[in-house]
Amino acid sequence: MNTKTLMYIVKRLILAVVTVWVVITVTFFVMHAVPGGPFVGEKAVTETVRKAMEAKYGLDKPLIVQYLTYLKDIVTRFDFGPSLKSRGRDVIDIIMDGMKTSVRLGLIAAFIALITGIILGSIAALRRNRVIDRVIMVITTAFVSMPSFIMGSLLLALFAVKLAVLPANGAAKGGLILPVITLSLYPMAYITRLTRSSMLDVLGQDYIRTAKAKGVSKWRIIFGHALKNSLIPVITYFGPMLAYIVTGSLVVEQIFAVPGIGRAFVNSITGRDYPLVMGTTIVLAILIVVMNLVGDILYKVVDPRITLE
Amino acid sequence: MNGKPFSVQQNLSPEDFLPATEAEKEYMVQMRPSSTFFRDGVKRLLKNKVATVSMIVILLIALAAIFVPLFWPYSYEQMLGNVPGKPMDASFQNLRPFEYSRTEQQMLDAGESVMPHVFGTDSAGRDYFIRIVYGTRISLAVGFFASIIVLIIGMMVGSIAGYCGGKVDLVIMRIVDIIYSLPDMLMVILLSSVLKTTLADKLEGTVLARIGSNIISLFIVFGLLYWVSMSRLIRGQILSLREREYVLAAEATGAKGRWIILKHLIPNCFSVIIISTALQIPSAIFTESYLSFLGLGVNAPMPSLGSLASDALNGISSYTYRLVIPAIVISLIVLSLNLFGDGLRDAFDPKLNQ
Repeated sequence: MNTKTLMYIVKRLILAVVTVWVVITVTFFVMHAVPGGPFVGEKAVTETVRKAMEAKYGLDKPLIVQYLTYLKDIVTRFDFGPSLKSRGRDVIDIIMDGMKTSVRLGLIAAFIALITGIILGSIAALRRNRVIDRVIMVITTAFVSMPSFIMGSLLLALFAVKLAVLPANGAAKGGLILPVITLSLYPMAYITRLTRSSMLDVLGQDYIRTAKAKGVSKWRIIFGHALKNSLIPVITYFGPMLAYIVTGSLVVEQIFAVPGIGRAFVNSITGRDYPLVMGTTIVLAILIVVMNLVGDILYKVVDPRITLE
Repeated sequence: MNGKPFSVQQNLSPEDFLPATEAEKEYMVQMRPSSTFFRDGVKRLLKNKVATVSMIVILLIALAAIFVPLFWPYSYEQMLGNVPGKPMDASFQNLRPFEYSRTEQQMLDAGESVMPHVFGTDSAGRDYFIRIVYGTRISLAVGFFASIIVLIIGMMVGSIAGYCGGKVDLVIMRIVDIIYSLPDMLMVILLSSVLKTTLADKLEGTVLARIGSNIISLFIVFGLLYWVSMSRLIRGQILSLREREYVLAAEATGAKGRWIILKHLIPNCFSVIIISTALQIPSAIFTESYLSFLGLGVNAPMPSLGSLASDALNGISSYTYRLVIPAIVISLIVLSLNLFGDGLRDAFDPKLNQ
């Protein structure tokens, strides 16, 4: 690793930290700009009770003090304060509870998307312009154009309602099958197209011809030479894929009633549970920023030929 | 010819040196009309079958969305069972496609003609077909205007950063970097959920209230977050165009920065601008429907394709078609806009097509 790569990594790290800070700041001030404050809409509280509540949650202090306390709590203890609606529970506990399900859902979906995407993409590239290539391209084009909530609702309508072969409730046994499929179809289609085009690019390179000329077997060329090199662009998709899965899970968990962080987030917005909204936004944002960072750095480290900005 | 096979000697007569006649001159002049860059692009676009078909599909959908509500006898918010002065007619609710309510059946029996409910009615007795058409209209309009907003802001910022360079460029590009790395969907959800409550009171009584606080907040969010990739693209273009001789010539004749940007630089990155705007529209439609699905999109009773799909989830076992129809329309719109955008890119920017 040369100094240039190191410089790049340092620059990306700084950008990531600044991004997370911007997210925290924007989230905090935006949520505090909502008119009425968090206790409006609750059953009528007297002035004294409201004062006591505000004192308890530190809402009576100046905004900037609240902000600094909030920032300090996150940085030092990763603490987002107590939830307003689920009494006695901390935001971070609710998030961690939801994370267990969501991370499993997201990782399985990402794994399936990667494996099937790479396999389908390679097949399409190796059988270029044949029937199977055309079929794969048409299907993936359709999948790329279908929003995740449409895909999820249609799968729900077909498999859970009409055919009744899979449970509609995500908490039931086997209930994660439909959410996983819903979440993995778009990234799978994207990875397929990415792999196909980069594989086609690699197959046209001189070293593939050299390998063929010296009599290397077909499968060794595909796995040892072509596939390895054509997977490099796929690495760049790690970050966006995770971002897609995170935002997709917001609606998918809603559709299939999966008890994950996405559903907690949507419910906290409709239920005006501000600390929970802020906490979930920040945690999910950190997740996305870190994955983007890892993807970018991996991309530069894996292939030393890639020029750095 | 003097018979020697490799001789280059020619036998010329004095006639060969006479001036050309008018007919001969005519023959030499090329009378093909000169083709512009734009015309070339359109020609290439029309050769692309997929792009042409997508364009026709979009045009048909857009025309239907604009003109069908003008003559359709039902409106998107009219609950057909509620006629003032008469008892509520519940038989209008949840009609299946081409079914008639009791009142309509009586009218039909009496020999009057009644417009059929092509897609039936929803649980509030509203004609579902016109709701789909209206939802399409709103989704298309939101996508279009959001892209225009993104275009204007991105173009302004990008061209200023690219042309000025130096510290201005550095500062703007760092801001762009940060906004670019923000998780966009999370921020969109957060901002629109907050803006919607904040704006609702402020808009009360103004013209904007008719559009609805949710759509306005959607536009604001787009204006805040989505201009960055457009401005990056335009900055890159301008950076390379800035070094061209014609810019130097313009500067030498005393042209100011504003003039050079508007008259020389922007027109020369027009193809990039058009292509990325075209590709921005489906992503805006996608975002709007996503937000509508979460309940953060258009204000009820206004329909959008996302909110129609979301509402349909409640009656999914008995009225599956109510989900399938908006799903098909939205996928068709996004798909054909994407394919058309790809076609535009191939036609107008041959450099990118590699």
